[in-house]
Amino acid sequence: MLNHKLNPNNWIKLYSDYLFNYTITRVNDREIAQDLISDTFLSGLKSKMEFKGQACERTWLISILKRKIIDHYRKINSNKGKAEVRMSYFDDNESDKSWIEERVADSSSQTAEDKIENSELKDAIYNCINKLPQKQARIFKMKTIIGYDTETICNELNITSSNVWVQIHRARVSLSRCLKKHWFKT
Amino acid sequence: MKKNIFISFEEAKHICDKNQYGEATFWERIKLSIRHSWCMLTRKYSKNNNQLTKIIDKSNVNFLMLNEREKLQQQFEEALSKHQE
Repeated sequence: MLNHKLNPNNWIKLYSDYLFNYTITRVNDREIAQDLISDTFLSGLKSKMEFKGQACERTWLISILKRKIIDHYRKINSNKGKAEVRMSYFDDNESDKSWIEERVADSSSQTAEDKIENSELKDAIYNCINKLPQKQARIFKMKTIIGYDTETICNELNITSSNVWVQIHRARVSLSRCLKKHWFKT
Repeated sequence: MKKNIFISFEEAKHICDKNQYGEATFWERIKLSIRHSWCMLTRKYSKNNNQLTKIIDKSNVNFLMLNEREKLQQQFEEALSKHQE
Protein backbone atom coordinates (compact mmCIF):
# COMPACT_ATOMS: atom_id res chain seq x y z
CA MET A 1 0.00 0.00 0.00
CA LEU A 2 1.26 3.47 -0.86
CA ASN A 3 2.13 5.63 2.07
CA HIS A 4 2.30 9.27 1.01
CA LYS A 5 3.42 11.93 3.45
CA LEU A 6 2.46 15.57 3.82
CA ASN A 7 5.00 18.34 3.66
CA PRO A 8 3.13 21.64 4.17
CA ASN A 9 6.33 23.69 3.80
CA ASN A 10 6.34 22.89 0.08
CA TRP A 11 2.63 23.32 -0.62
CA ILE A 12 2.78 26.88 -1.97
CA LYS A 13 5.79 26.18 -4.15
CA LEU A 14 4.50 22.89 -5.55
CA TYR A 15 0.75 23.21 -5.71
CA SER A 16 -0.38 26.86 -5.62
CA ASP A 17 -0.34 27.30 -9.41
CA TYR A 18 -2.00 23.94 -9.98
CA LEU A 19 -4.75 24.65 -7.45
CA PHE A 20 -5.16 28.17 -8.81
CA ASN A 21 -5.61 26.87 -12.32
CA TYR A 22 -8.13 24.30 -11.08
CA THR A 23 -10.08 26.97 -9.20
CA ILE A 24 -10.03 29.84 -11.69
CA THR A 25 -11.70 27.71 -14.38
CA ARG A 26 -14.51 27.03 -11.90
CA VAL A 27 -15.04 30.36 -10.17
CA ASN A 28 -13.76 32.77 -12.83
CA ASP A 29 -12.50 35.35 -10.34
CA ARG A 30 -8.85 35.69 -9.33
CA GLU A 31 -9.53 37.06 -5.83
CA ILE A 32 -12.09 34.41 -4.97
CA ALA A 33 -9.79 31.72 -6.35
CA GLN A 34 -6.95 32.92 -4.14
CA ASP A 35 -9.19 33.00 -1.07
CA LEU A 36 -10.36 29.47 -1.78
CA ILE A 37 -6.78 28.25 -2.18
CA SER A 38 -5.72 29.96 1.01
CA ASP A 39 -8.67 28.32 2.83
CA THR A 40 -7.71 24.98 1.31
CA PHE A 41 -4.13 25.18 2.58
CA LEU A 42 -5.32 26.24 6.03
CA SER A 43 -7.89 23.43 6.18
CA GLY A 44 -5.20 21.01 5.01
CA LEU A 45 -2.99 22.16 7.81
CA LYS A 46 -5.75 21.77 10.39
CA SER A 47 -6.73 18.31 9.19
CA LYS A 48 -3.16 17.14 8.66
CA MET A 49 -3.59 14.41 11.27
CA GLU A 50 -6.49 12.91 9.32
CA PHE A 51 -4.34 12.28 6.25
CA LYS A 52 -4.00 8.53 5.83
CA GLY A 53 -1.35 8.52 3.12
CA GLN A 54 -3.52 6.64 0.62
CA ALA A 55 -3.61 9.50 -1.90
CA CYS A 56 -0.81 11.80 -2.94
CA GLU A 57 -0.61 15.27 -1.42
CA ARG A 58 -1.95 17.02 -4.52
CA THR A 59 -5.00 14.73 -4.81
CA TRP A 60 -5.73 15.22 -1.13
CA LEU A 61 -5.51 19.01 -1.44
CA ILE A 62 -7.73 18.95 -4.53
CA SER A 63 -10.37 17.01 -2.62
CA ILE A 64 -10.37 19.71 0.08
CA LEU A 65 -10.47 22.42 -2.58
CA LYS A 66 -13.49 20.79 -4.27
CA ARG A 67 -15.42 21.03 -1.01
CA LYS A 68 -14.40 24.69 -0.68
CA ILE A 69 -15.65 25.44 -4.20
CA ILE A 70 -18.92 23.62 -3.50
CA ASP A 71 -19.34 25.66 -0.30
CA HIS A 72 -18.63 28.83 -2.29
CA TYR A 73 -21.39 28.03 -4.80
CA ARG A 74 -23.78 27.01 -2.03
CA LYS A 75 -23.17 30.35 -0.37
CA ILE A 76 -23.84 32.25 -3.60
CA ASN A 77 -26.88 30.10 -4.29
CA SER A 78 -28.35 30.74 -0.87
CA ASN A 79 -27.76 34.46 -1.24
CA LYS A 80 -29.34 35.24 -4.59
CA GLY A 81 -31.57 33.91 -7.33
CA LYS A 82 -31.25 30.23 -6.53
CA ALA A 83 -34.42 29.19 -8.37
CA GLU A 84 -33.31 30.87 -11.59
CA VAL A 85 -29.84 29.41 -11.43
CA ARG A 86 -31.15 25.90 -10.84
CA MET A 87 -33.72 26.10 -13.64
CA SER A 88 -31.31 27.36 -16.24
CA TYR A 89 -28.83 24.70 -15.27
CA PHE A 90 -31.28 21.81 -15.62
CA ASP A 91 -32.59 23.17 -18.92
CA ASP A 92 -29.30 22.19 -20.48
CA ASN A 93 -28.45 19.09 -18.49
CA GLU A 94 -30.79 16.31 -17.55
CA SER A 95 -29.11 14.84 -14.57
CA ASP A 96 -29.86 13.59 -11.09
CA LYS A 97 -26.62 14.89 -9.67
CA SER A 98 -26.53 18.05 -7.64
CA TRP A 99 -25.86 21.02 -9.94
CA ILE A 100 -23.13 22.25 -7.61
CA GLU A 101 -21.37 18.90 -7.61
CA GLU A 102 -21.45 18.84 -11.39
CA ARG A 103 -20.27 22.41 -11.70
CA VAL A 104 -17.28 21.60 -9.55
CA ALA A 105 -16.58 18.28 -11.19
CA ASP A 106 -16.95 19.47 -14.76
CA SER A 107 -17.07 23.10 -15.74
CA SER A 108 -16.97 22.51 -19.48
CA SER A 109 -18.34 20.18 -22.11
CA GLN A 110 -15.05 18.46 -22.82
CA THR A 111 -14.90 14.72 -23.37
CA ALA A 112 -12.79 12.57 -21.06
CA GLU A 113 -10.13 12.33 -23.76
CA ASP A 114 -10.05 16.10 -24.23
CA LYS A 115 -9.69 16.57 -20.50
CA ILE A 116 -6.76 14.18 -20.25
CA GLU A 117 -5.06 15.85 -23.20
CA ASN A 118 -5.71 19.31 -21.79
CA SER A 119 -4.44 18.34 -18.36
CA GLU A 120 -1.26 16.84 -19.89
CA LEU A 121 -0.82 19.97 -21.98
CA LYS A 122 -1.17 22.17 -18.89
CA ASP A 123 1.41 20.06 -17.06
CA ALA A 124 3.80 20.37 -20.01
CA ILE A 125 3.31 24.16 -20.07
CA TYR A 126 3.81 24.42 -16.29
CA ASN A 127 7.02 22.41 -16.51
CA CYS A 128 8.38 24.42 -19.44
CA ILE A 129 7.54 27.79 -17.87
CA ASN A 130 9.12 26.69 -14.60
CA LYS A 131 12.36 26.06 -16.47
CA LEU A 132 12.54 29.69 -17.67
CA PRO A 133 14.62 32.27 -15.78
CA GLN A 134 12.43 33.95 -13.16
CA LYS A 135 12.29 37.36 -14.84
CA GLN A 136 11.44 35.90 -18.24
CA ALA A 137 8.76 33.68 -16.75
CA ARG A 138 7.23 36.58 -14.87
CA ILE A 139 7.07 38.87 -17.92
CA PHE A 140 5.78 36.07 -20.14
CA LYS A 141 3.01 35.22 -17.67
CA MET A 142 2.03 38.88 -17.28
CA LYS A 143 1.85 39.40 -21.03
CA THR A 144 0.54 36.06 -22.27
CA ILE A 145 -1.47 34.51 -19.48
CA ILE A 146 -2.83 37.53 -17.62
CA GLY A 147 -2.94 39.73 -20.73
CA TYR A 148 -1.35 42.91 -19.35
CA ASP A 149 -0.43 45.50 -21.96
CA THR A 150 3.24 46.33 -22.50
CA GLU A 151 2.98 49.73 -20.80
CA THR A 152 1.58 48.22 -17.59
CA ILE A 153 4.42 45.69 -17.46
CA CYS A 154 6.98 48.46 -18.05
CA ASN A 155 5.51 50.53 -15.21
CA GLU A 156 5.15 47.65 -12.82
CA LEU A 157 8.65 46.25 -13.34
CA ASN A 158 10.32 49.56 -14.15
CA ILE A 159 11.81 48.36 -17.43
CA THR A 160 11.70 49.64 -21.01
CA SER A 161 9.32 48.34 -23.65
CA SER A 162 12.21 46.96 -25.73
CA ASN A 163 13.39 45.04 -22.68
CA VAL A 164 9.89 43.56 -22.29
CA TRP A 165 9.93 42.40 -25.91
CA VAL A 166 13.42 40.93 -25.61
CA GLN A 167 12.35 38.93 -22.56
CA ILE A 168 9.16 37.80 -24.28
CA HIS A 169 11.07 36.78 -27.38
CA ARG A 170 13.54 34.70 -25.34
CA ALA A 171 10.73 33.12 -23.33
CA ARG A 172 8.78 32.22 -26.48
CA VAL A 173 11.80 30.65 -28.17
CA SER A 174 12.63 28.58 -25.06
CA LEU A 175 9.01 27.54 -24.59
CA SER A 176 8.62 26.56 -28.22
CA ARG A 177 11.71 24.42 -27.96
CA CYS A 178 10.65 22.87 -24.67
CA LEU A 179 7.10 22.14 -25.80
CA LYS A 180 8.33 20.75 -29.08
CA LYS A 181 10.35 18.27 -27.09
CA HIS A 182 7.61 17.40 -24.60
CA TRP A 183 4.35 18.09 -26.38
CA PHE A 184 4.21 18.94 -30.09
CA LYS A 185 3.85 15.85 -32.19
CA THR A 186 4.97 17.38 -35.47
CA MET B 1 11.70 52.83 -49.97
CA LYS B 2 13.61 49.57 -50.30
CA LYS B 3 14.86 50.01 -46.76
CA ASN B 4 11.31 50.46 -45.47
CA ILE B 5 9.81 47.40 -47.14
CA PHE B 6 12.60 44.90 -46.60
CA ILE B 7 13.19 44.11 -42.96
CA SER B 8 15.90 42.12 -41.23
CA PHE B 9 15.27 38.70 -39.68
CA GLU B 10 15.59 40.25 -36.21
CA GLU B 11 12.94 42.83 -37.03
CA ALA B 12 10.72 40.17 -38.56
CA LYS B 13 10.91 38.12 -35.34
CA HIS B 14 10.06 41.19 -33.29
CA ILE B 15 7.03 41.97 -35.47
CA CYS B 16 5.95 38.34 -35.34
CA ASP B 17 6.16 38.41 -31.51
CA LYS B 18 4.12 41.61 -31.38
CA ASN B 19 1.60 40.10 -33.77
CA GLN B 20 0.95 37.24 -31.32
CA TYR B 21 -0.52 39.84 -28.96
CA GLY B 22 -2.30 41.83 -31.66
CA GLU B 23 0.18 44.68 -31.28
CA ALA B 24 1.74 44.73 -34.76
CA THR B 25 0.56 47.60 -36.95
CA PHE B 26 -0.92 47.06 -40.40
CA TRP B 27 2.28 48.29 -42.06
CA GLU B 28 4.41 45.96 -39.89
CA ARG B 29 2.24 43.00 -40.90
CA ILE B 30 2.69 43.90 -44.56
CA LYS B 31 6.46 44.01 -44.09
CA LEU B 32 6.36 40.64 -42.32
CA SER B 33 4.31 39.13 -45.17
CA ILE B 34 6.84 40.35 -47.71
CA ARG B 35 9.63 38.78 -45.67
CA HIS B 36 7.61 35.52 -45.45
CA SER B 37 7.43 35.39 -49.24
CA TRP B 38 11.16 34.88 -49.63
CA CYS B 39 12.61 33.86 -46.23
CA MET B 40 12.16 30.27 -45.11
CA LEU B 41 13.65 31.00 -41.68
CA THR B 42 11.07 33.71 -41.02
CA ARG B 43 8.27 31.40 -42.11
CA LYS B 44 9.59 28.70 -39.78
CA TYR B 45 9.87 31.15 -36.88
CA SER B 46 6.32 32.42 -37.47
CA LYS B 47 4.97 28.89 -37.72
CA ASN B 48 6.49 27.92 -34.37
CA ASN B 49 5.38 31.17 -32.79
CA ASN B 50 1.78 30.79 -34.01
CA GLN B 51 1.75 27.19 -32.83
CA LEU B 52 2.87 28.29 -29.36
CA THR B 53 0.13 30.93 -29.18
CA LYS B 54 -2.52 28.41 -30.27
CA ILE B 55 -1.43 25.79 -27.79
CA ILE B 56 -1.35 28.22 -24.87
CA ASP B 57 -4.79 29.55 -25.79
CA LYS B 58 -6.10 26.01 -26.09
CA SER B 59 -4.74 24.99 -22.69
CA ASN B 60 -6.48 27.81 -20.77
CA VAL B 61 -3.52 27.66 -18.43
CA ASN B 62 -3.48 30.17 -15.59
CA PHE B 63 -0.87 31.24 -13.07
CA LEU B 64 -0.66 33.19 -9.87
CA MET B 65 1.25 36.42 -10.23
CA LEU B 66 4.31 36.88 -8.07
CA ASN B 67 2.58 39.33 -5.69
CA GLU B 68 -0.43 37.00 -5.40
CA ARG B 69 1.83 34.07 -4.63
CA GLU B 70 3.77 36.11 -2.07
CA LYS B 71 0.52 37.09 -0.35
CA LEU B 72 -0.56 33.46 -0.24
CA GLN B 73 2.86 32.45 1.07
CA GLN B 74 2.73 35.08 3.79
CA GLN B 75 -0.76 34.04 4.95
CA PHE B 76 0.23 30.41 4.94
CA GLU B 77 3.49 30.97 6.82
CA GLU B 78 1.62 32.83 9.54
CA ALA B 79 -0.84 29.95 9.84
CA LEU B 80 1.97 27.42 9.76
CA SER B 81 3.88 29.12 12.56
CA LYS B 82 0.70 29.31 14.68
CA HIS B 83 0.05 25.66 13.97
CA GLN B 84 3.55 24.63 15.00
CA GLU B 85 3.44 26.58 18.27
